[in-house]
Amino acid sequence: MLEANPWNDARAEAIVNEHAGLEGPMLPILHALQHEFGHVGEAAAPLIANALNLTRAEVHGVITFYHDFRREPAGRHVLKLCRGEACQSMGSEALAQDLLARLGIDWHGLTPDGELTVEPVYCLGLCACSPAALLDDEVVGRLDAESLAEALDAVRA
Amino acid sequence: MTRIFISKDAAALALGADKVAVKIAAEAEARGAAVEIIRTGSRGMVFLEPLVEVETAAGRIGYGSVKASDVASLFDGGFTAGGAHALGIGKTEDHPFFARQNRLTFARCGIIDPVSLDDYAGMAGWRGLRRAIEIGPAATIAEVAKSGLRGRGGAGFPTGIKWKTVADAPADRRYIVCNADEGDSGTFADRMIMEGDPFALIEGMAIAAVAVGASKGYVYLRSEYPHAARTFQQALEIARGARYLGSDILGSGHAFDIELRIGAGAYVCGEETSLLESLEGKRGVVRAKPPLPAHKGLFERPTVVNNVLSLVAVPTILDRGGEFYAGFGMGRSRGTMPLQIAGNVRFGGLFETAFGLTLGEIVEEIGGGTASGLPVRAVQCGGPLGAYFPPAFFDTPFDYEAFAARDGLIGHGGLVVFDDTVEMAKMARFAMEFCAIESCGKCTPCRIGSTRGVEVMERIIGGVKVDENIALIEDLCQTMKFGSLCALGGLAPYPVLSALRHFPEDFSPRHALAAE
Repeated sequence: MLEANPWNDARAEAIVNEHAGLEGPMLPILHALQHEFGHVGEAAAPLIANALNLTRAEVHGVITFYHDFRREPAGRHVLKLCRGEACQSMGSEALAQDLLARLGIDWHGLTPDGELTVEPVYCLGLCACSPAALLDDEVVGRLDAESLAEALDAVRA
Repeated sequence: MTRIFISKDAAALALGADKVAVKIAAEAEARGAAVEIIRTGSRGMVFLEPLVEVETAAGRIGYGSVKASDVASLFDGGFTAGGAHALGIGKTEDHPFFARQNRLTFARCGIIDPVSLDDYAGMAGWRGLRRAIEIGPAATIAEVAKSGLRGRGGAGFPTGIKWKTVADAPADRRYIVCNADEGDSGTFADRMIMEGDPFALIEGMAIAAVAVGASKGYVYLRSEYPHAARTFQQALEIARGARYLGSDILGSGHAFDIELRIGAGAYVCGEETSLLESLEGKRGVVRAKPPLPAHKGLFERPTVVNNVLSLVAVPTILDRGGEFYAGFGMGRSRGTMPLQIAGNVRFGGLFETAFGLTLGEIVEEIGGGTASGLPVRAVQCGGPLGAYFPPAFFDTPFDYEAFAARDGLIGHGGLVVFDDTVEMAKMARFAMEFCAIESCGKCTPCRIGSTRGVEVMERIIGGVKVDENIALIEDLCQTMKFGSLCALGGLAPYPVLSALRHFPEDFSPRHALAAE
């Protein structure tokens, strides 16, 4: 499970200030915010803009450019299923479509119980043991429907 | 005390290496066996992971594809003394997949504890850096030039020339940037070396810094590699503590330090100018060249941007000489390349070898054909922007120019094998979809062309005006190829056009109808 605290302006500002002295501090700040709060909320852009002497539009542009930064918190667990060609060669597309259909969600969707977010990822570097996925912090390889279901049951138990 | 080696490489973990390690420790305790478990990087034989190796007088004896449930029987069979077992592969180094390689870049990977300075120094570590300091910047650059090393990220630009350009550019400060944004599907060499031998990258970057007079280095690592990030960060702290980094590296008077930066899921940031923008804290939008990063790179300073594998090749080149390195390979492709054999393949993993093996040798002999046992239908070489080669091209030698001559590319050395169930029109559609998802949006051919490309491919797959749409996609591919600013839009047509050219039957109206 990915631990995240609720958004807190004072804490967010402290995080921004901690990193503001780095060369090119933007990505380290955004990662640190997401690590703390599980997402980069609406309140982040003005805060960062102010600290780094940028416009809100510039900061907003950066946040929305990168796939990693979430605007909303994810579910308690996050499954990143690889869609790279190496995984496709071992049947990852069917595996993903079956799972999404079973959960009744699309890519980037969250199950209604708030338990699981499923996201596509384009390569985890596990291409010689595909299909592969990252489930929270755990890597799993040579997945099939059964082992994927087992892995999901194990974290949700 | 018996020493047992188990990989903690992400691929080994994905196949259950941690469970095996825990079980071996528990079983040893229950049986009163004195064992020390050392977690290494991977030998690269992913098909044998989790691989457990035991140190014996005869060398390391391996047991492959070990499951936790096999551990008791391993102990019963006396594996701590190298005893026979159904999973035994004999001496790991004698395994055919391993014995055929020329391991220069990956010489230590899978053998040493990745964050042990003693292990690193014990296998020729830091010798290249010492020599670079001793012979000075000009001779160091000359040595790299003599090796014939070309950028291993895919572009194949001569590393020595890049370094000389940066060294000659007047500046108040210079940077070394390591491109560890290994986004190509089918590649994992950067990840493996950063998890399995991180000091080698630190040494390579320090040599580059000495050569060009840089004071600061950045490693831009993709966020999809959390294990590599942890190991590399740990290695940085250890190296700093031992003064291999810092204000006076090895007492040479050179100041150089490295910072690890994590990307945020944008494939295009593997393109060097986009990577620099991202490091500066901006959207990862490609820059127009010139100016070259070697003249105006990070924060407008002269910057060496090298791939992980290029930098990790450098300590060997300095230690053993440029001529030694250039002694491997063919044509203008000198030295060794860590091939990454992936996808639907029986013996998948990393295989470092001199340039020049044919594609067929790599896929059929070394890779053992498909994992499914069905015939090989296509091999995508060089990542998601690489061409799909049919078995008819299996005589192509692995070499930058030979692949280019057949409208392909070797890229970062990844080879993804597909069996005969692959639907090539769908793969062509995916290439366009991937480009649409990952386009930085700066230039129109890539931004709009990729989206239109998905639509046209969908019409072809749906059997709508197939001939007209094939003509349209070919035209669109030409526009993207010649009109895009960087390799993303410029190379995305390669998988599409190669699929069309070599597998036309998958695009025919009859096939489209049959698929419905």
